[in-house]
Amino acid sequence: MFRRRLTNVVPAAVKFSHQHNKFFSVEAAQRVAPLTDGLVQSLQRIVGNNNVSQAMAVREQHGKDESYHVCAPPQVVAFAESVEQVSGVARLCNEHRVPLIPFGSGTGLEGGINAIKGGVCLDVMKMDKILAVHPEDFDCQVECGVTRKTLNNYLRDTGLWFPIDPGADASLCGMCSTSASGTNAVRYGTMRENVMNMEVVLADGRVIDTAGKDRRTRKTSAGYNLTNLFVGSEGTLGIITKATLRLHGIPESSVSAVCSFEDIQAAVDTTVQVLQCGIPMARIEFLDEVSIDACNKYSNMDMRVAPSLFLEFSGSPKSLDDNAEIVGEIVKMNGGSDFKWATDVDERNLLWKTRHDILYACMALRPGCKPYSTDVCVPISNLPKVVVESKKYIDEAGVIGPMVGHVGDGNFHVFFPVDQSNPDEIKTVHDVSVKMALLAQELDGTCTGEHGIGLGKRELLLKEFGETGIEVMQQLKQTMDPNGILNPGKVFF
Amino acid sequence: MSGFRILVGCKRVIDYAVKVRVKPDKTGVVTEGVKHSMNPFDEIAVEEAVRMKEKKLASEIIAVSCGPQQCQETLRTALAMGVDRAIHVITEPKEYESMQPIHVSKILSKIATEEKADLVIVGKQAIDDDCNQTGQMTASLLDWPQATFASKIEKSNGDLSVMREIDGGLETIKVKVPAVLTSDLRLNEPRYATLPNIMKAKKKPLVTKKPSDYGVDITPRQEIVSVEDPPVRQAGQKVESVEELVTKLKEAGLV
Repeated sequence: MFRRRLTNVVPAAVKFSHQHNKFFSVEAAQRVAPLTDGLVQSLQRIVGNNNVSQAMAVREQHGKDESYHVCAPPQVVAFAESVEQVSGVARLCNEHRVPLIPFGSGTGLEGGINAIKGGVCLDVMKMDKILAVHPEDFDCQVECGVTRKTLNNYLRDTGLWFPIDPGADASLCGMCSTSASGTNAVRYGTMRENVMNMEVVLADGRVIDTAGKDRRTRKTSAGYNLTNLFVGSEGTLGIITKATLRLHGIPESSVSAVCSFEDIQAAVDTTVQVLQCGIPMARIEFLDEVSIDACNKYSNMDMRVAPSLFLEFSGSPKSLDDNAEIVGEIVKMNGGSDFKWATDVDERNLLWKTRHDILYACMALRPGCKPYSTDVCVPISNLPKVVVESKKYIDEAGVIGPMVGHVGDGNFHVFFPVDQSNPDEIKTVHDVSVKMALLAQELDGTCTGEHGIGLGKRELLLKEFGETGIEVMQQLKQTMDPNGILNPGKVFF
Repeated sequence: MSGFRILVGCKRVIDYAVKVRVKPDKTGVVTEGVKHSMNPFDEIAVEEAVRMKEKKLASEIIAVSCGPQQCQETLRTALAMGVDRAIHVITEPKEYESMQPIHVSKILSKIATEEKADLVIVGKQAIDDDCNQTGQMTASLLDWPQATFASKIEKSNGDLSVMREIDGGLETIKVKVPAVLTSDLRLNEPRYATLPNIMKAKKKPLVTKKPSDYGVDITPRQEIVSVEDPPVRQAGQKVESVEELVTKLKEAGLV
């Protein structure tokens, strides 16, 4: 019953098929009728003439993110400067049933902003004020154009920071939209645990505050949890225009270490054991030998080319020594070696910069390529199995697949460098990725720990939730967006 | 107590991430309600002093800031980074607008003498006026050697070996102490203040003085005539051929 009402969003059958070219082509956008001049003029009246562009270069910029998905440009790009303008644009698009896609920093990894059905791309980065910081309450309120590095820079004198760190300098509301996470999640959680309230513009232009206007309590039992409904909704339920975020104290001191192992099993076992000891790690990152090799080449480092762990402990100087000792013992127990400590802040920064540049290092292994990233996440005890099996799949397929992981959360990525224009290559890599995701799902895990579903994982979402689960999501979507204008074609079909 | 006593200059400026706006009356830029913070090069200077103390090359660090009441926030940040005590030389907001490196360097040199400092470290320039004069003038008033645009500072027997960033590349010089150093961008990456350190900083000594306490006259020696935005960029024109280009240049009276 629900599928029929969503025909403009859902294709005839939700099949488990590998029809990749359909999702990866620019032709999809060209099948949509061109926007009427009248509509463009209405847009200009809402946001101003200089905030509307149909120039191809601007449209292309707004039709792709940092994933391997081929650019699907929108038909027009509008720049909003206030929530009233966002609301006006939503109302306009809803009346005319034109697709509407919110655009932040464009640093997504799943093609979430690709305009596969054409329509209007609404760039919200001009709304870039940090509205309030309450240091005693550990919270702040920002507009949708504020990026995480801008916020942390602003906060530097307060002793506070926003620790969710997905690598890129992403917009904070974009991070809400994809329920982002990062290397610090093992200590601080992901966006789900750190968003207290959001201002959201709905498909029909109404504006709501998901926890009530200006509310910023550490806990609440009031009403439905609308905040976490929108976190992770990838622009399909509403456009996030403000976020109230939880802040944390900057750690007093930190120590980082790298150690290498004979095989992946040992590295992952070490991680599991360290966490089971209850040691408060700030970061535990796994890199396989392919990644280490890439890092050595790209960042001019000299690390032993073997499966390795990058560890960071933070806290008071006394506790650091104790924790470091315990972890050192566990590492030794698992045959780990080359335990390199870095207390000096420059050394530590260099170590983590090397880790953060991993995406670029992997692409540099095959210049001209784009990253196809996997993102499976499993309970920590199942991590050794999924990592070791994944390595087998990658080797069998004969592709380059550097592995990098937030193993502390049971989450790891394979960054395949792929040639965007080669569909066979993309298919090979896609097949490996699907195998990994299916294995993860069998092991009580998820096909995406932090990047979102976007364009490429819609089939996997069905497998993960089952038909009833997806039906409930579609019911919600139908309620929030009856005309199906908000980011059509993403999350589910 | 054989380490250096270091005096660090900390200027309160509009935060570097802020989009600066010119006041409608063209007398200056908008500062009301705008985020201010420590001049980034001064943060680097403070960081270097703190690192020298951690390496036991320095035994005491004193931070100085000249300006209105809010400069105390800047000094508290310096204290939270690891400075031992602070001196706030207070001026009226109006006086601050016309304060120049010549005034500040007179004050710094008097404090350096009074506090028996071995080193004065300041940022190479402030990001609001870009003068790049205070360090050099202070050295001259004290008749001390100066090592400006420092990107590396090392101890070399009793003196300092300083690598400087100059137009031609890098230059390393030996400087006898006492000396004035100015910090360049790549000297270090300043630490963030942590909550426990911010708490501790509230208890560190901060004294308030006036320029007259140091016998310095801060009467303005310059008058700002006007402050304007750079002219709005005009649209360019595309031409199809060299002949057309020449015609247009002739029409505009440029050839």
